[in-house]
Amino acid sequence: MNKNFRLEIFKKASLCRNFEEEVVKNVNNKKISTPVYVSAGQEFIASTLAAICQKKKIKPLLFGQHRCHSIYLAFGGKPIKLIDELLGRETGCTQGKGGSASIHSKVINMYGHDGLMGSNGPIGVGACFATKKPTIIFLGDAAAEEDYVLGALGWASHKKLPILFIIEDNDFSILTKKSVRRNWNMKDVARSFKLEGHEIKDDPKEIEKYSKLFFKKPTLLNINTNRIFWHAGGGKDSDKTFDRFKSETKILGVKAKKINKMYEIYIKKLWKLQLEKQ
Amino acid sequence: MEITVRETIKKTVLKHLKKKNGLILGQCLSAVGWVGGTIPELTEKEGVIELSMADVANGGIVVGAGLSNRRPIYVIRYQGFNWFNAPIILNYACKSKEIWNVPCPIFIRGIAMEGSIGPVAGSSHYSLYYRMPGIKIISPMTPKEYILAYDHFMKNDDVYYVSEHRGSYNNTLELSDHLSGKLDIVIFGISITRFEAKKVKEVLLKKGFKIGIANILWIKPFEIKNKWIVALKKAKFGGLILDDDYTTGVASDMAYQLMKKSNKNVETMGLKDKSAGFSKKSDNLPPNTNEIIEKILKIIKNKK
Repeated sequence: MNKNFRLEIFKKASLCRNFEEEVVKNVNNKKISTPVYVSAGQEFIASTLAAICQKKKIKPLLFGQHRCHSIYLAFGGKPIKLIDELLGRETGCTQGKGGSASIHSKVINMYGHDGLMGSNGPIGVGACFATKKPTIIFLGDAAAEEDYVLGALGWASHKKLPILFIIEDNDFSILTKKSVRRNWNMKDVARSFKLEGHEIKDDPKEIEKYSKLFFKKPTLLNINTNRIFWHAGGGKDSDKTFDRFKSETKILGVKAKKINKMYEIYIKKLWKLQLEKQ
Repeated sequence: MEITVRETIKKTVLKHLKKKNGLILGQCLSAVGWVGGTIPELTEKEGVIELSMADVANGGIVVGAGLSNRRPIYVIRYQGFNWFNAPIILNYACKSKEIWNVPCPIFIRGIAMEGSIGPVAGSSHYSLYYRMPGIKIISPMTPKEYILAYDHFMKNDDVYYVSEHRGSYNNTLELSDHLSGKLDIVIFGISITRFEAKKVKEVLLKKGFKIGIANILWIKPFEIKNKWIVALKKAKFGGLILDDDYTTGVASDMAYQLMKKSNKNVETMGLKDKSAGFSKKSDNLPPNTNEIIEKILKIIKNKK
């Protein structure tokens, strides 16, 4: 992978990570009082996809679900509007109504989520069919189990839509592991529906490898990842969780550290300014 | 030549596809009969979209099409199928404008029929939609009413549940309210029961009773006309709502609203509180002429 491109991805991931660190801080000090679903640990998925789309000059329709801060930020959503949303303000990206789980932005073609896990699967398929625009649907490994997601996969395949299903597979439904819930995987399900189906890690290099398939034919990538914080809120399940962000920082070295410092200062300042407005 | 409700629907759909860049989606649309002859025999390229048999997913796919401003018409072949089709429509499309400021207009054609079709397919089930915000519900039974429903939808950006009934497809006549004079009771008919109400009025007139007729077209918002309340207040024995759905849903709520406004008793009559079977003996049909007459005579007797 080209190092400059990898740094571009890192910039987006750094924005996301620093943002989420501040979210956690403000959850723990009770400045944020509504439930939050932090995407720290999973940010390289949205960041890599956003960088690839940017490079391809594609502005896809985005259908995320509850853990969606990174999608919003990586694809160019304004951090200030997300801060305001989490603080329940009318100036938030969802007018303070959606909170953490229903992030929406017309500017970046991101559609809010309604809280029914996996409903964004069929909705995204319908929007893609009606518009024929490139579309990305983000689902968790648990939401992917919803029966209506499977129906939507089948129809997307049948209609040969320019669609990309991304399964952000952190192995957990709250704290119930995949192995307890099922004995099959989404890659096989996708292939049985005649979609391109692949299982990979959230390593930007691996994601980029499959980018030639994007929007050419209906594709599903099951991307194994880790969430650093709780399902909801600011606690940690374990301190031993593998952290892609730390690993990428180490690989990219000094430049990455500088970038991260810059975003740390920027995001802290933004949060401080917005909190002072309260 | 007079035009039927069936032909009106077909023409409306054709206009929607050819002139409004619309879509019509559903299951088995192009199967024998093209949904009772209400769908023009066109291709997917022309906007007739065959969905798979995945009912819940299909509801979501239609919502996605609604977000893209193609104003989809969604055909639900039997209203009982709404148990699977409604969730994503109700939870997303109906809330989208309020939460995200993104309208998601959908014209849902929920089709009712009954008689020997078992526990799911029979009757109207608009009560499933009624309690949720962000939806309009209308039950047109005449050609003009159907055009009104469609025009209203095209001028607005809400989700519309259009409760059709196959029993109305051959109808060419308009149905009007009859509320003049000193009435014994006012019948408020919904959906297919409106035709039965007309028959009841004629039979009871011969027996010396004056029956008023009020046609409920708009179910949500429930449009209470002033003349209905005036007639209800004057009616000797109050009112009776006839429904093709269970009375524990829409009809009871309407009765409450009418009673509050008129201070008169309003009874309800609809599907019985039981599951329908396939045999004639176990069916659950909307109230027929004889049953309605019996109920009215009982109301009168009890009040005397």
